[in-house]
Amino acid sequence: MRAAVIVFPGSNCDRDMAVALRAAGADVSMVWHKDSDLPDGVDLIAVPGGFSFGDYLRCGAIAAQSPICKAVVAHAERGGYVLGVCNGFQVLTESGLLPGALMRNAELKFVCKTLDLKVETSSSGFTEGYDAGDVVAFPVAHHDGNYTADPETLRRLEGGDRIAFRYVENPNGSIADIAGILSANRRVLGMMPHPERAVDLGHGGTDGQALFRGLIGQLANA
Amino acid sequence: MKARVHVMLKNGVLDPQGEAVRHALGNLGFDGVSGVRQGKVIELDLEDGTSEDTITDMCEKLLANTVIESYQVELL
Repeated sequence: MRAAVIVFPGSNCDRDMAVALRAAGADVSMVWHKDSDLPDGVDLIAVPGGFSFGDYLRCGAIAAQSPICKAVVAHAERGGYVLGVCNGFQVLTESGLLPGALMRNAELKFVCKTLDLKVETSSSGFTEGYDAGDVVAFPVAHHDGNYTADPETLRRLEGGDRIAFRYVENPNGSIADIAGILSANRRVLGMMPHPERAVDLGHGGTDGQALFRGLIGQLANA
Repeated sequence: MKARVHVMLKNGVLDPQGEAVRHALGNLGFDGVSGVRQGKVIELDLEDGTSEDTITDMCEKLLANTVIESYQVELL
């Protein structure tokens, strides 16, 4: 199973993401934002957290226009899997792969702590390692995680069982306590919390392992 | 030629930064400020003859996120 981690200037969770993917059994390549092609045979693309392009203009806006992002969008449109975490989630909304937008946290503060999340659906490659209703603890670290969408989009997300995770205690004003959402084909997941920072006992928790193991197990069997 | 693009959060989208500015103005004794909304201004130096449609295209594709923001183009 092959995975690619996209690296932008200002990415800072790219190596953590690669470690988490490798620990779950993936063969991982790092791909620089100026590349226009993905390595052959990539099953999963991970867009990591960080501050791509210094968060200039809007978080993720410049990264979403980079050459590699065209390849990421094409991969998703072919039905490929894409995981965007934190800044990666912002890049996926800016590139149009996921609906809605991530605004400045309602309290205007950078939030950096480990939070409980409720798994809302086990029906996706990313969440099949959990049961709906499970509560998992993942770290969050962001200033712009306040998810917003118009009422029609929110109805579509709720009606389509596309909310993957919700905050048990909302840290940022996010609409409907949304922490992560799925695309209509359930193969693109964007989430603000960091599952890759919860895969080793040294992290203080291993609740993220099921996400990576479930996803990679499924893709390896595909 | 130059153009100035004004980007604002859409009406109805809560603007926490504007709210914080409004509170700070109140703390400074400026009473009667019932609302503050904060946006950004982007100035473009352009080749003469650039059409307003092209600038609109720039706004739609990059300068504004039309999910949450509205924009106005001012030709200078």
